[in-house]
Order: sequence, then structure tokens, then C-alpha cells
Amino acid sequence: MKTDTIAAVATAMSDSGIGIIRISGEEAIEIADKIFQTPGGKHILKNVQSHTIHYGYVVDDELQKLDEVMVSVLKAPRSFTAEDTVEINCHGGILVMQKILELVCKSGARLAEPGEFTKRAFLNGRIDLSKAEAVMDMISSQNEYAMKSSFDQLQGKLSVQIKSLRDEIIYEIAFIESALDDPEHISLDGFPERLSEKLQQIDKKIGGLIATFINGKMIKNGISTVILGKPNVGKSSLLNLMVGEERAIVTDIAGTTRDVLQESINLHGIHLNLIDTAGIRDTEDTVEKIGVERARKYAEQADLILYVVDTSEKLDDNDREIIGLLKNNIEKNGIILLNKNDLDTLVDETDIQKEFEKQGVNCDTFKRNFVILKTSTKDGSGMQELEEAVKNMFLSGIIQNKDEVIITNLRHKEALQEAYDSIHLVQKSIADGMPEDFYSIDLMSAYKALGLIIGEEVEDDLVEEIFSKFCMGK
Amino acid sequence: MPEIREKVDVCVIGAGHAGCEAALACARLGLETVIFTVSVDSIALMPCNPNVGGSSKGHLVRELDALGGEMGKNIDKTFIQSKMLNISKGPAVHSLRAQADKAEYSRAMRKVLENQEHLTVKQAEVCELLSEEIAAGKGEENIRRIRITGVKTFTGAIYECKAVVLCTGTYLNARCLCGEAITYTGPNGLQAATHLSDSLEKLGIPLRRFKTGTPARMDKRSIDFTKMEEQFGDERIVPFSFSTNPEEIQKEQASCWLTYTNEETHNIIRANLDRSPIYAGIIEGTGPRYCPSIEDKVVKFAEKERHQVFIEPEGLHTNEMYVGGMSSSMPEDVQLAMYRTVPGLEHCKIVRNAYAIEYDCINGKQLDPTLEFKHIKGLFSAGQLNGSSGYEEAASQGLIAGINAAMEILEKDTLVLDRGESYIGVLIDDLVTKDNREPYRMMTSRAEYRLLLRQDNADLRLREKGYQIGLISEKQMKELQAKKFLIEKEMQRLKDTLLGANKEVQDFLESNGSSTLKTAASLAELICRPEFDYEKISGIDKNRSVSMEEFIQEAEEYFCPVSRKLLDEVKEQVEIEIKYEGYILRQKRQVEQYQKMEEKKIPKDLDYDDVPSLRIEARQKLKEFRPVSVGQASRISGVSPADISVLLIYLEHHSHSR
Repeated sequence: MKTDTIAAVATAMSDSGIGIIRISGEEAIEIADKIFQTPGGKHILKNVQSHTIHYGYVVDDELQKLDEVMVSVLKAPRSFTAEDTVEINCHGGILVMQKILELVCKSGARLAEPGEFTKRAFLNGRIDLSKAEAVMDMISSQNEYAMKSSFDQLQGKLSVQIKSLRDEIIYEIAFIESALDDPEHISLDGFPERLSEKLQQIDKKIGGLIATFINGKMIKNGISTVILGKPNVGKSSLLNLMVGEERAIVTDIAGTTRDVLQESINLHGIHLNLIDTAGIRDTEDTVEKIGVERARKYAEQADLILYVVDTSEKLDDNDREIIGLLKNNIEKNGIILLNKNDLDTLVDETDIQKEFEKQGVNCDTFKRNFVILKTSTKDGSGMQELEEAVKNMFLSGIIQNKDEVIITNLRHKEALQEAYDSIHLVQKSIADGMPEDFYSIDLMSAYKALGLIIGEEVEDDLVEEIFSKFCMGK
Repeated sequence: MPEIREKVDVCVIGAGHAGCEAALACARLGLETVIFTVSVDSIALMPCNPNVGGSSKGHLVRELDALGGEMGKNIDKTFIQSKMLNISKGPAVHSLRAQADKAEYSRAMRKVLENQEHLTVKQAEVCELLSEEIAAGKGEENIRRIRITGVKTFTGAIYECKAVVLCTGTYLNARCLCGEAITYTGPNGLQAATHLSDSLEKLGIPLRRFKTGTPARMDKRSIDFTKMEEQFGDERIVPFSFSTNPEEIQKEQASCWLTYTNEETHNIIRANLDRSPIYAGIIEGTGPRYCPSIEDKVVKFAEKERHQVFIEPEGLHTNEMYVGGMSSSMPEDVQLAMYRTVPGLEHCKIVRNAYAIEYDCINGKQLDPTLEFKHIKGLFSAGQLNGSSGYEEAASQGLIAGINAAMEILEKDTLVLDRGESYIGVLIDDLVTKDNREPYRMMTSRAEYRLLLRQDNADLRLREKGYQIGLISEKQMKELQAKKFLIEKEMQRLKDTLLGANKEVQDFLESNGSSTLKTAASLAELICRPEFDYEKISGIDKNRSVSMEEFIQEAEEYFCPVSRKLLDEVKEQVEIEIKYEGYILRQKRQVEQYQKMEEKKIPKDLDYDDVPSLRIEARQKLKEFRPVSVGQASRISGVSPADISVLLIYLEHHSHSR
């Protein structure tokens, strides 16, 4: 039986940023050859001997160099899986590895399932049969772990959005199907137009979700992080704590940070570009006014927003301005830091949540979209939690197992992309004037793809939906 | 005590739609067969709606016909109105539905049974299944093995046989409810079968209760049709059976009528809900959601202001009219009051009351996909007893169960259709693999690969299988081969014939509102354009008739004479296959994937306790269902993809170590 080619990060995750991506299967060498170039710009892997190692670069579709790498070629059957195997030694850190893996998948490989290399090694007779049980155990446990991890990470906003998208899609399928099953009771007149409009919204939502995943820009330039807060709330101190040196000018006088300060730190392989801004307040002071405008702009362009609240002062117009900004950028990752300047506590989470509510963000949405942490920039407490939170946001899709690193984020992105493409196929069917029953085919593919993300299978969803939403028959 | 003792090959219990197909299949394959019924006057009875087919059910009838079943032929003889549903939708969901003359349908089927060689019709209630324990085969130690040896009737007669096909429908311990009035009868007041259930339970077959219902029948003379919309049949009638010549069945058709319920109807129902046996909790059985009673519709879809009601004739020689859409188990007085609120029914007289019926049935998971009980050799089961509903669903299972009973006796390969080749495959796989909690009806949404499973190509999909089994004649097989040959030739020609971007072509395209060519295009590519089809491009398809003549000559040389009907069918196939080629290819690839897993068989004797690392839930489910293939295992709810991986590795290990 011909098997497809699989790929995954094959080394444990570490801050060193060095790791191996393994590709295994009949097309492994061909796929690697597409993305690997020697310093002289040549593609050579198809012609090299087995068990050789080569120096060069991984280049993307636009011929941009992503990373400097060493590539080993191991031809079947002399490899771990007994299939053609290529191993790419990368240096650029976790996000670069993720990007390379994405490129490998784009070039024809499929993301490996947990334990799949080992499973193949076994099926190809590389592992002694006596180890069969161990392999099965591993698949079982890794799968449970992966399910749990992705479930944990999906408690948040992604999962809620995926579920609501799926609900919308299955409703439309059920409507079509009930009309097909019972054409004399349910009519599809005018439905294609309605569906098309609906799909435009769904399309936009899925597109938005895809965009929230770490993209190439973030990897090249780091994750753009903006620190917001009213004057003298401790933004610069926070920046200093994170960077580890006195970079921003910190005084007790409000408005000392006149310009936007930038600093870059490396957090577990993620580059964070920290941007400290002047407090957002309406001011007559021209120098500061420029800073304020810039802050707004930066917030809009940021990947991550840190909002620092001074718990010793009541929320004021400045805070309301910032909350407005956060509300406008709600799809972005946001962390709210309740920063205690070792004085009395006048503001807590509830106050902030109420302020959000006043601006039209209900409690659930608030809790889903923001991480809230208590910090003190005076004694540095809460900094570890902050690092954890940032790490979870950007590396949460990476699960480490005994011998493979599974980037579930990429899996999610692939699934979203599939759903997105399927929705487009439906739109095309509508535009081409295809009969309505053809819509269900691609709608169902979209529904299934989204289901992969939250680990839900299809089973009898459709039949259930038809019966619960539409009145059928005799 | 002296008793009658006879020896036959197969006993079929019940002569409804499943029983008729099962018995005919066995007898036609040369096996001595007896079919038992509680009333010979009720063979192939239609106790509920007066029609055959409908969305996806029409597909079943077509498939049944392709395999050599009788239902399609019988409805072609006895229909009084015919309609192709969903004609404005894609070809995959076109579905034939015919109004039957119920009495004629029953009479015609009875005639077929009575004149079938090797088949005996017997009026008797079967009370007991006779069986013996058999030694477990190699590796079958885990499974209790019993073999069926015969049946015993209420009067004590014994029929020894090699296989029994149970087709008891809704008769086992049946009771009918009309409000507070309960009778212990089968449908239409026929005698219920009250003894067989005990015998089944003794054989280790647990039973459960399902329910279904039927609306009232009205006297035609009491209905005011001027207040209703008339519903006509199609102008051109398409037959169900591939063997029926369409020219011979064009005839004058009866009309159906459409009217609606209203708020007043709904108010009466709401005010009397406490008198409905379902809402009062008297009915224990689980009813189907797809054909809800009018009480259910009003309660569950409270926001709907009206529901459709179809008034359909029960036959040409009766005044009884079926009230589709208003089945009910309300008491008689409530029924009359609610029916009389419907426009046109203000003065209606009820001939037969609506009623709900409760009956014993089994859980399909006790069956193999051949419809044989997993633990009883020679015992097959089909139709409503398996938890399905509908005449067409019953007939389909009856045919498969009958064929497999015969195949077992003749020691030939059994017939299991898969989800990628037929609706019948979907139906049976769902029945034996899923935990169905209500009577199962076929629906087009249940078929994953429906673009391939069209009603128009059922013969291309299944006729050859029917031929291999022995239910399709040599002549029919030749016709099929000729059809396949012509389709292939013509499709190839359309793909190979290129049109240049010359003036004649561009003019033709422009005058048909189609965009002009930039480079050469094939005729097939033009057919794919939304504004064209096979007929519409004939203006620039200069060689069509000449090359068709050549193809026909060749086909006649190799196979058989090519009729007008066959030629029409070829054109239809060519058009569909070309027009939807992209979608069809995608589904074909999906089917290949699906079939790979179906081909990975699980040994019958596999002890799931020996498979390490299976999750507990999966282990329990697998032990309970004992799937025949990894594919089937993957469809059991509660079995995860990881469990399937584990199972695959174990099976690989197993095959190595053997």
C-alpha cells in the first residue's frame, strides 16, 4: 500500500532554538528538495547519496531564506521508519521550525499523527514485534494527552468561535437536506442567495481566525507587543523588568516616557518586540501628543497588547480610552496586568470587567478574550506568570512528547484553511448555478475540518439537526 | 399426537414487503421455500401511506430492481400517479415516487408469489423457532453457536429447514392505540403474532418496543376538493424497474390534493394533549421523528402556523382517501374535531381512525451485515423487525436477507453491499453498526457518497452483482454490457472531439449566450458549461449521429439489439457523468479511501481483551458489536481514531505471528 509522506518536529523543545524536523515517506526527498538550497542556490537533494549531510538554507515560496540548516538524507530502508527520510537541523528557534514545518506540509507532506513515525517503523518491520504493545500504549496515551492539551488550550475563545461556526454550517446543511428529503414540505426558493450572504460572514470569520495564527511576519520581525496604560502606571518599569536593564526612563512624574521605546527580548524562542508608549491621555503637550497618537497606531498593529492598570488609583478617562482601544482590537491577544505599586488597592478585576461592560463587552466575552494577572513592578512579582501567559498564547499549540513535538497550532491552521477553501467551493457552486444538493458536499467538508480542531467527530450530527430544527414529513 | 412435518430449504416468516422479496429470491435461486403469513389476503399490504418511493426511498427501489427484486416491477404494474421528485435539484437527489393502488399492489404481488416455482404460500402463525446447539468452530469458543433447524406453527405443524428469514414487521406483540381505546392487533386490525417473541428471547435475542402511526382514511364523498390545491403526476412517466418499457406505462393518472392545518386545528390538539396516549405516557415505544404525529408537530414546532396535509387516493376502486401529514393517536372524537378544522375536510367522514401501533423489534447490532444473527446460524432478519420503517427499507433488507440465506445454503459467497456502492449498503450498515433509538428511515443525507449512488445508475452499480447471484438473466446482463459500452464510447468521443476557435463555433457560442473560445475546447468541456447540456450542443456536434450509428453497430455485434430506451439511458449517463465529473471524481477518491478500511477484515474470533491499550469504552463497544472490518469498527460510536490505530497494529501483529 502506498503511504503518504509525513513530517513533524522530532526533537524536544528547548530555548536553544535548535531542533530537527523529520520527513518520512516516498516523497520525503522530493519535498525536502523543493525547500532546500545550497549556498550556491542549487537544489541537489534528489541526486545525493544516502546517509549524507548537506549545508544550506530553507527558502520559502518567495525565495526568502528562512533558516540556515543542515540536512541529512537517509534512503529506504536504512532509516528509523525504513522509508526515505530527510532530517532538517534547524537553528532559528521554535517559531522558525514551525514555519519550516508549515512549508514542508505545503510542499506535499502531511503533519504526522502522534506516534506515527514509531508506528511506521513498526509496520515496516523496523521494531521488534515484541514491542508492539509498547507502541500501542504510546499511541493511546499520546493521543489522550494531545486531546487533553488541545482541549485545555481550546477552552478559550477559539473553541467558542469554532463551535458557533460549526453550528451555523450544520444548520444550513440540515436545511438543504431536509428540503431534499421532503421537497413537498420544505422549499429552497431563494435559498442560494441567502446562503451566499451567510457564507460571506462565515468566510470572514474563518479568514480572521487563520490570520490570528502566527504568520511569517511575526517570525521574521518578532511578535509586536505594545504596553498600554495611563501615565506613570508602571509601563516603563514593566519594560525594564522584562528586558532586564534600565532602558526606559522611570520617574515618578507622569508622562516621562515621551516617545515610544522599543526593546526586543527572546522568550523561549519567541522574539517579543516590546513597545512602551506614552500614556494615552489627551494632552496639550505637543511632544506627548505625538506619542499618544503613535501608541494608538501601535496598538492597532500589535500582535499582543499588555494593558497595565494601577490598582492604587481609581479608573479614569485614560483607562476608559484604553479599554475602548482594547475593545476595538478584541481579536488580538490581550493581557491585563493589575499592577500594585505597593499601596492601597482601589481597583480589582471586577471594576475592570464592569468598565468593559459599560462599553458593550459582556462578562463572558471579557473573560474569554483577556488574561488577567496580578503583578508588582516594584518587587517583580507576577513576572513569571506573565512569561507563562505569553508563552501559552504563542506556543500553546506545541505539545511535547517523548520523541516528537507536535505542533497542533499548525494542524488547526491547516484545518481552518481546509474549511476556508471548502466554503469558497460552495460559493463557486452557487455562482456556477449548481443545484443545491451540491452545496452540502463542501459545506460538510468545512464542518468536518472545523471539527478536527475541537476534536469532535461528525457521527449523527446532521440527522439530529434535521430532526430538531425542521419539521419533516408524513 | 399426529402432526404435519415437512422438509424445506427456507422458511420466510411474514409476507410483507421484506418477506415477499426474501421468499422470491430464495425460490428463484432454486430453493424450496415456504412463506408464512397470518392472512393470505394481506400479502404485500400497505397499511400506511399509499405510495412507493420518495426521496432516497426511490433509490432503494431502483437498487432492489437492479439486483433482481420485485418491488419496482410490481409498482410499475399498479401505480395510479407518478412523480420524479427534486427534478430542479442535482441528478443525485432526483427520486421517483408513485401513488399505488393498494389493493392492486397487494393482488399483483400475491399473483407473483403464487405462481413462483419452488414457493409455497401458507397461512399460519409461526410460534416457535426450532434450533440445536452446534460445536464451536476453531476460534469460535467466545461465541455461543446455535443452528436453526425449523419452525413450528400455532397448529403444531413443523417445517424443518436450513434457514429462516424473519420478516415479522409490526406484528410481534402488536397493540394499536386510538386515544384511550387499545386493541391488541397488528396493523389494520389484523391478528397480531403473540407467541414468537418468547421463542426469540429464549434464543438469546433481546427485544425492544418501537412505535409508529398512521393517519385516518376519509370517505372521498365527504371531502370538498374545491378548497384544496390539485397535485398532478408528471407528464412523462418514468418507470421504477429497469425492465419496464416506459412506453407501456404512460397512462391517465389520479390526482392528489393539498390543504393545510391552521391555528384552530392546533388549538384543539393542544387542548386535548392529556388525552394523547403518547403525552399521557401510555405508549412506551420510541417513535420516529421523521414522521411525527400531528400532535408532535404542533408541540415541537409550536412556531409554525400551519402544516401541509396531502389527501391521497388509496386506489381507483375505493373511496378511501389517505390524509398524509396528520397521523395521530388521539381519541376518536378529538380526531374528528381536528380533521374538521382543515379546509375541505369540514364535513369529512372518517372511514378508518388514525392510530399508533407498538411492536417488538430487535436491535440491529445483533446482526452481521449479511442480516444473519451473529450467534445463530441460519437465522436471518429483515424489515421493521430490525428497527427500520418504510416499505422500501423493508423490501431492500428482505432481498439481501433472502439472498444471503440462499447463499449460505448453496455454500456460495454472501452479498454485502457497502456504503460506497449503494443506499442499501448504507441502510444495512447503519442498522447493524449504529445504536438506533427510533425506527430508521432512509434519508438522502445518510449517504456520504450520494453523487455516485444515483437512481439513474443503479443498474450500472448493481446489476452485475444480481447476475452473479443468479437473479438477473443473461439477456439483462447483455443489455447492461451494451449500455456500459456505449456510455464509454460516447464519453470518450466527446472528450476527444476538439473544437477550434473558428467563426462557426464562436457564433454558435455567442448565439447561446456562452463566452467564446480562446483556445480549442472539447465537446465535453462545453457540456460542463452551465448554459449547455448534451442536447444543446448537438448543433456543433456534427459527427454525433454518424459515430453513434457506428457504436450501436458494434454494440449489437458484441452484445444485443440496442433499443430506443437503452439509447436514452446512455445519453442521460453521458450527460451526468460529464457535467459533474469534477465532483464525481472527488467522491470516487473518497470511496477508495473508505473501501481500504472496509477491506481490512477483523477475524471473527478476535478476543478484544487480548488487544492491549484499547480504551475501556472502545473495548466494550467492540465486544458488543463485533464489527467485521476495521472500517465498520471506525463507525461505531465510542471508538476513537486512536483505538483504530491500536487495532490496526494489533491485527498486523496478529497476521505476522500466525
